[in-house]
Amino acid sequence: MASIAQESALERVKVNPAASLLPKRWYAHLTLWIACFLIGFPLFYSILVSTQTNSDVFAYRFEPGTAFANNWNTVMVFGNLGNFMLNSVIVSVAVTVGKVVLSLLAGLAFVYFRFPGKWLVFGFVLVTLMMPTEILIIALFRFVNQLGWGNTYLALIVPFIASATGAFLFRQHFANIPAELSEAAQLDGATPIQFLIRVLIPISWNTIGALTVIQFVYAWNMYLWPALIIQGQASQVVQVGLRTLMGADQGISFGPLMLAAVVASLPPLVVFLLLQKQFMSGFALSRDK
Amino acid sequence: MQFLVIGMIAVVGAAYLARRFSQSGLKPAFGAVVGAVVGMIGSAALMIPLDWCTFDPDRTATDMGFGILLMAATAALALGATGWIAGNLAARRTVFSGGTQPGTFKGWLTPWILLAPTIGVLALFLYYPSLDTFRLSTLLALLGAPRTRFICVDNFTRLATDTVYLNSVATTILISIAIVVISLVLSLFIASMVYLPIKGASVYRTLLIWPYAISPAVAGVIFLLLFNPTGGIINYALNNLFGLRIPWLNDPAWAPWAVIIASVWKSLGYNILFYLAGLQNVPKDLIEAAAIDGANALQRFRQVVLPMLSPITFFLVITNMTYAFFETFGTIDYLTGGGPLNSTTTMMYNIFLVGIRNNDLGKAAAQSIVLFVLVIGFTVLQFRTAGQRVTYGA
Repeated sequence: MASIAQESALERVKVNPAASLLPKRWYAHLTLWIACFLIGFPLFYSILVSTQTNSDVFAYRFEPGTAFANNWNTVMVFGNLGNFMLNSVIVSVAVTVGKVVLSLLAGLAFVYFRFPGKWLVFGFVLVTLMMPTEILIIALFRFVNQLGWGNTYLALIVPFIASATGAFLFRQHFANIPAELSEAAQLDGATPIQFLIRVLIPISWNTIGALTVIQFVYAWNMYLWPALIIQGQASQVVQVGLRTLMGADQGISFGPLMLAAVVASLPPLVVFLLLQKQFMSGFALSRDK
Repeated sequence: MQFLVIGMIAVVGAAYLARRFSQSGLKPAFGAVVGAVVGMIGSAALMIPLDWCTFDPDRTATDMGFGILLMAATAALALGATGWIAGNLAARRTVFSGGTQPGTFKGWLTPWILLAPTIGVLALFLYYPSLDTFRLSTLLALLGAPRTRFICVDNFTRLATDTVYLNSVATTILISIAIVVISLVLSLFIASMVYLPIKGASVYRTLLIWPYAISPAVAGVIFLLLFNPTGGIINYALNNLFGLRIPWLNDPAWAPWAVIIASVWKSLGYNILFYLAGLQNVPKDLIEAAAIDGANALQRFRQVVLPMLSPITFFLVITNMTYAFFETFGTIDYLTGGGPLNSTTTMMYNIFLVGIRNNDLGKAAAQSIVLFVLVIGFTVLQFRTAGQRVTYGA
């Protein structure tokens, strides 16, 4: 009885008279085309405008303009983009590497050691997941200025190199690795650090990749903190540096501004697309920290 | 006055913990004693650092009311935590289970060395500023001024009559609810299309999720181009199609929607990604069983798929809410600068304006604490209301 009902249901699913003319599930393709267009258009149009002059923009010319070289010159000389990009690279790479290394060490301590007060440290790290940096930004601003770190890379890097997310990610990952591995390593007389470098890291590249994407994108896209703590252009990051091209009184020159915005978005996009697979397999965690 | 409040809280605490203890199978009398003590300590926890200043004779009634509220809140927190711990202890469960595992290394010093950088950075740059935020919020502290003055809870009670601040609360609520609702509905719809067995699904996926890597600040720059009053392409299209011209950035009624649209665009990719992962975890046989029972596609979606997605929806509501509260800052700063007429000044943007532009660190710290309590409160509320309908696991 049940099997007959099942067969007839399957029959109904299979027979589809419209299937011969249109591609299968044409409505899904149509929806996705529209979605991809709407999501892609703002960036596509920005790229187009980055080759145009303002008069092209105001005339709604939907074709590449001739002002690319000119815009590039404005961006590099007047906009100081090279300097901002370099600062962003230094800060983001330092924050990302710092977070991955510190998280690996913390994960190692949490999984492969037993020590008094472990649950206390664990709680100490866990609670920070509920403390958004933005909430304490006023006090942090005062404290970092008192340290004399204003206008330095230190102010952009050091406060952000510990990661609760990363520590828990590696703790979870290491806890699923068979205990035989560490027992064998101990029999061979390996120290914990040797065990980490020779055994754990080679089998953790997916997790490291996922954490790298999240933290690099997070560090590269930081805005409020650098806007507060860095005065002047020398150590400023590109997200805030774009403001140089906003032109206070004589109106905005859109060509150079959009060119700079597109260039500023390339590094996180490249990292994201390169590590997309690792990101997909290990991303089930909060968006920052 | 304060002793009267402490006494009342002690009585309530005694009654509450007596009940909790008897529910957990412990002696109610013991609970009453613990409750009275914890209630007294809890209510005094914030008042002792404040030196009971809200009860000084020259303070207003608002200050006193706020002081009583603070005492009740800290006492409730202490009592709730005590009840929870006692319940766990009574059930012979350890509150914090330290995972023990074979294959651990020897040595008690090594783990501390490994953890030292993490603990140090978190203590210095997260815990210390958090505590300092509380201290700052009771001070008249101006940026650059060498001296500060203790002004009790003035920074908090003055918020009640601060129209710019109250306006920023309303703006934050509008922007965050709109972002969460619009972004989640759209992303679930799009994700359920990508999830279908169609050709090129992985190409679609990549083309849909890349805005995750775009910064909120760049999203602001891009939509500044699209919404610009002169030469904005969106108004050009709307004008040609429908004869509409919308003052996106110049009208206080429209400006929040410019921020909302830019933020939804930026957050869609992230939400699609999570909904896609959620959909892949819905057991196929459950959907097939529903199909065999004669449920059509819409019924299958509403009655089988949607309940299975509720944990991920819950998670996304919280992360999108956090996004709307904090990370819209970059978008707002480039797109509208908080204007026109403060119509896009969110609570976070207001903290920046008050603390950095107007140099009033104490007032900004007080606003930070209110925002923090709001975020925590919202998370708890979500947990309680969504708790019954959320399905965890298969």
